[in-house]
Amino acid sequence: MEIYSLTLTQAREKLARGEITSLRLTEAVLFRINQVEDRIRAYLHLDREGALARAEEADRLREQGRAGDLLGIPLSVKDVLCTRTMPTTCGSRMLENFTPPYDATVIERLNQAGAVILGKVAMDEFAMGSTSENCAFQVPVNPWKEGYVTGGSSGGSAAAVAADECFASLGSDTGGSIRQPASLCGIVGMKPTYGRVSRYGLVAFASSLDQVGPMTRDVADCALMMNVIAGYDHRDSTSINREVPDYTRALVDGMEGIRIGIPAEYFGDGLDPEVERSVRRGIDMLREAGAEVVEVSLPHTRYCVAVYYLIAPAEASSNLARYDGVRYGFRDQDARTLIDMYRASRSRGFGDEVKRRILIGTYALSAGYYDAYYKKASQVRTLITDDFRQAFARCDLLVSPVCPTPAWKIGEKSDDPLAMYLSDILTISANLAGIPAISVPCGFSSDGLPIGMQMQAAHFNEEVLLRAAHNLEQRAGVVGTKPELA
Amino acid sequence: MKITREEVEHVARLARLDLTPEEAERMTGQLDTILNYVAKLDEVDTTGVGETTHSQRVTNAFREDEVRPSLAREKALANAPADNGEAFVVPKIIS
Repeated sequence: MEIYSLTLTQAREKLARGEITSLRLTEAVLFRINQVEDRIRAYLHLDREGALARAEEADRLREQGRAGDLLGIPLSVKDVLCTRTMPTTCGSRMLENFTPPYDATVIERLNQAGAVILGKVAMDEFAMGSTSENCAFQVPVNPWKEGYVTGGSSGGSAAAVAADECFASLGSDTGGSIRQPASLCGIVGMKPTYGRVSRYGLVAFASSLDQVGPMTRDVADCALMMNVIAGYDHRDSTSINREVPDYTRALVDGMEGIRIGIPAEYFGDGLDPEVERSVRRGIDMLREAGAEVVEVSLPHTRYCVAVYYLIAPAEASSNLARYDGVRYGFRDQDARTLIDMYRASRSRGFGDEVKRRILIGTYALSAGYYDAYYKKASQVRTLITDDFRQAFARCDLLVSPVCPTPAWKIGEKSDDPLAMYLSDILTISANLAGIPAISVPCGFSSDGLPIGMQMQAAHFNEEVLLRAAHNLEQRAGVVGTKPELA
Repeated sequence: MKITREEVEHVARLARLDLTPEEAERMTGQLDTILNYVAKLDEVDTTGVGETTHSQRVTNAFREDEVRPSLAREKALANAPADNGEAFVVPKIIS
């Protein structure tokens, strides 16, 4: 096996045993990027020189006896996270030339752990989308099939991890943006509990839903990344001050004493039969591992897309008001008055999907419509949250598909916003309720496209997700299967 | 129709967005489809149901009121589309 194909955990062990240097590891990944990037198109910004310098520094530190959870490991990060030394575009013309004055807290944590950050990867503009086709600069391609979407919005992260162009990546998840591309590209992706990971320096989309999380080749790597990024941050007032466990200790063999709930509503109309078969097979594997399986109901599931596509745009319309061409970002230099400058800068800087969501959100919050739309959605959000509370009184985790179908062709849904929104139906409830959720590969379609299983748990129960994911991974035998690339 | 083209143009003005006639037409159709879809929330009886604006029950996150260094001026101005070394420069506000 090529060294760029190792898992993060394996690479870390080789570094620790002195079998390889970070410089060699980083050169191998840069070679891999050269080899496949024309086909994958994941990187918006690649810092070769910086990465090699960081790798040499990591090797020096190791010689001095220093250690770090990610010392010398090459990673990528979604271009939604602020980096002091690299541009942060959010996939938007609006921020095409923006280099932030500070690092996001999670970037600081990666750096403190010794990671080698290779570059910034593609995403839907301002994380709004389900395929990464809304990226203003380039559309990443699914490593498993030419011409197919990676999913989104963290599509660059998923593609880069699946194509061995980095050992792991950080994504962000507002309605499924980590889990869905992880599922479509055959990798592991976790959205932690809201408040578990700092949002400081994460460019805001919908602040009550956004959460940063790891995207990795396997479950052990996910646990390791969680150890690095989780924890309280005084700079994020929604971050929760609560002890962080060693997540790698959650990977216990066997599921004895764990009760799994199957929500009937997540296996409804529109679910691809191959996806259903694969997920149900995965449930059988968890049962064989010792889990008890019960049927549960989340009766308000059918309203979650409607709730989400009011609340998320409402928050976005407010968050994105800051892009006015004054302090940073794109400015139309021809505008003669301040108001004209605002309008021209925003109209030229934002793409279609961002404008659409700003319009929906502004409308839902505007006088005369607030009660009918935003308030109503916030009330139904309470009912959706109550559904989960009742379900978790009966089981430890909920198991379902991540996305109703495997990956689809680039361009197939891009002219139909509602069809695109409906593909998020299985992932957005976790964000509305703030609970943790993970996507784990469980099989392949007859076309050879990956299929993922979603697991959701109660607030701060990431460990039970990692345990279940680990047991599925052991039995499904899917992790380690690689796409055939040049 | 849940939303008219005039309403879309009004909302665009509120959001400081200019729409071309083609954009306004297309957005009106798309927003109408989306608003028709979200109207299914009308089926849900929400009498007496509280609003969730945040998934964690956190109220005010206080900290000590200590003086700390803030972003240096040159850093704050580093990404400015136009500045005079001290402040952001914008087009004339009052004509």
